[in-house]
Amino acid sequence: MTNRSIVTLKWFVFPACLIPLGHLVYRGFTNALGPDPVATITHRTGFWTLYFLLISLAITPVRCLSARLGWLIRFRRMLGLFAFFYACLHLLTWVWLYSGFSVQAMIQDLSKRPYIMAGMAGWLCLLILAVTSPMFVLRKLGGKRWQRIHRLAYVAAIAGVIHYWWIVKSGVLTPWRVTAVLTILFLARIVWTIREQRRRKLRTAVAA
Amino acid sequence: MKRIDIPKIPSSEITPQSAYMNRRAFMAGAAGAAALATPFLRHMAHPQAVEADTQKLATVPSKYSSTGLQLTSFNDITTYNNFYEFGVEKSDPSHNAWRLKTRPWTVKVSGLVKKPKTFDIDTLLKLQPMEERVYRHRCVEAWSMVIPWAGYSLSEFIKQCEPLGSAKYVQFLSLDNPQEEPWIRQVDLHWPYSEGLRMDEAMNPLALLTFGLYGQVLPNQDGAPIRMVLPWKYGFKSAKSLVEVKFVKNQPRTTWNESAPNEYGFYSNVNPNVDHPRWSQKYERVIGAPFWKARQPTLMFNGYGDQVAYLYKGMDLRKDF
Ligand code: HEM
Repeated sequence: MTNRSIVTLKWFVFPACLIPLGHLVYRGFTNALGPDPVATITHRTGFWTLYFLLISLAITPVRCLSARLGWLIRFRRMLGLFAFFYACLHLLTWVWLYSGFSVQAMIQDLSKRPYIMAGMAGWLCLLILAVTSPMFVLRKLGGKRWQRIHRLAYVAAIAGVIHYWWIVKSGVLTPWRVTAVLTILFLARIVWTIREQRRRKLRTAVAA
Repeated sequence: MKRIDIPKIPSSEITPQSAYMNRRAFMAGAAGAAALATPFLRHMAHPQAVEADTQKLATVPSKYSSTGLQLTSFNDITTYNNFYEFGVEKSDPSHNAWRLKTRPWTVKVSGLVKKPKTFDIDTLLKLQPMEERVYRHRCVEAWSMVIPWAGYSLSEFIKQCEPLGSAKYVQFLSLDNPQEEPWIRQVDLHWPYSEGLRMDEAMNPLALLTFGLYGQVLPNQDGAPIRMVLPWKYGFKSAKSLVEVKFVKNQPRTTWNESAPNEYGFYSNVNPNVDHPRWSQKYERVIGAPFWKARQPTLMFNGYGDQVAYLYKGMDLRKDF
């Protein structure tokens, strides 16, 4: 794909990523958020955080399938930042709609409830990822270090999935799908790392 | 585990029942779920039958009604339900509970009674004058409604059951029929759904044996044709679609308590001072309110302390939550 077409495609992908938010706002204005609007907003923003996280994590393994898919990497940062964007909206629903901006209520919630701690851990990971996402930060940190930091994306996804399992009642299995997707992504990552290591060893062996 | 995946329609798309029945039938068919489709198709042939089921129920006003409250809309009361026999999402029961057959229906009375009996639902409907009681309804998940129920005090029914002096608890058992409630097979709970009360709690006049809401018989998803309503306790204490009332000596098993004893106690009185491990119980979200105004403080015993606090005198409600 040429640079030009990637830039053009970005002009479509960016607004497409705002559709979930647009849909929520539209439902808000048409009084169509359902009987429990607070839960609807929280759940939709929570799910889209997870979806964007999983999609951005899927880019590396999908690229490895074919050399022709290399251009996908150019979308990873945008998608990751959208995960952070939806996570912020999600966090805001907790700060505003669940806690009523009461600092005391939030501290209590955070100190008592493991699912909130897990969510917060996920959000903090995403925050670090977002702050270190600009090009100049990458240059400053150096590729290796930057890459190591950006493995936090996996930690964020794991924290998000644990958070989700801790919310549903015992006996409810709805989070199994995202768990399966994350597991597959993980396995792909491991297989890829092992293959790379073997290749590198081979190369050094040949060089020697 | 077998899963029946039926596509969900958000409540934002509530269309006339006949219309969505059609669409569901089509989707179920498309998914190749022939076994599921057959009853759908039967409904498709008589879409009005569903609406004709909504029979009026004459009621008299009651001194036990809460006043000055804004009622939750009929639409919200009938599309936002926890009724795991019909699915775990809030909108599931409204889509799936049409499978429930509410006639013929009997309620068995068993255990420590003078003589075991079986009551027909039509007898029970006429046993006492039907009262309209507006009650606050507080779910353990920190949301609340205000519902105009129709029924009469459970105590009136208990008198007819003639329990023995040795009966210290009442157990309520819900319908357990995977044919009509297929989600029973998928949800990992100990069925049938079981709930219970201490005898003195059961005799409190607020405990309502309930047959209707908004002046009509209970819609299936709200626990037709007969259910309990205990306004000072979290919603799950009020068992739906009752088939048996059992008088027993020892505290009976209760479904959610069995599933997670540290989360759901036997008493489960509404109590803003005792948090659920996952939710603070200090506040609740008012169903149907705009999202920026939905948060309101929760009251001790859901606001029914004057009528029920005596039942728990001397008890440590932190321990006996
Ligand atoms: C990586 C970050 C996060 C992800 C992926 C995430 C994901 C989710 C998902 C998918 C749900 C919906 C669960 C359901 O429908 O049953 C949810 C609910 C929720 N999340 Fe998060 N979340 C994250 C961070 C946070 C944070 C930082 C907070 C607040 C401190 C938070 C608070 C909540 C609350 C209060 C709910 C609703 C719980 C309920 O239904 O009772 N989340 N989250």
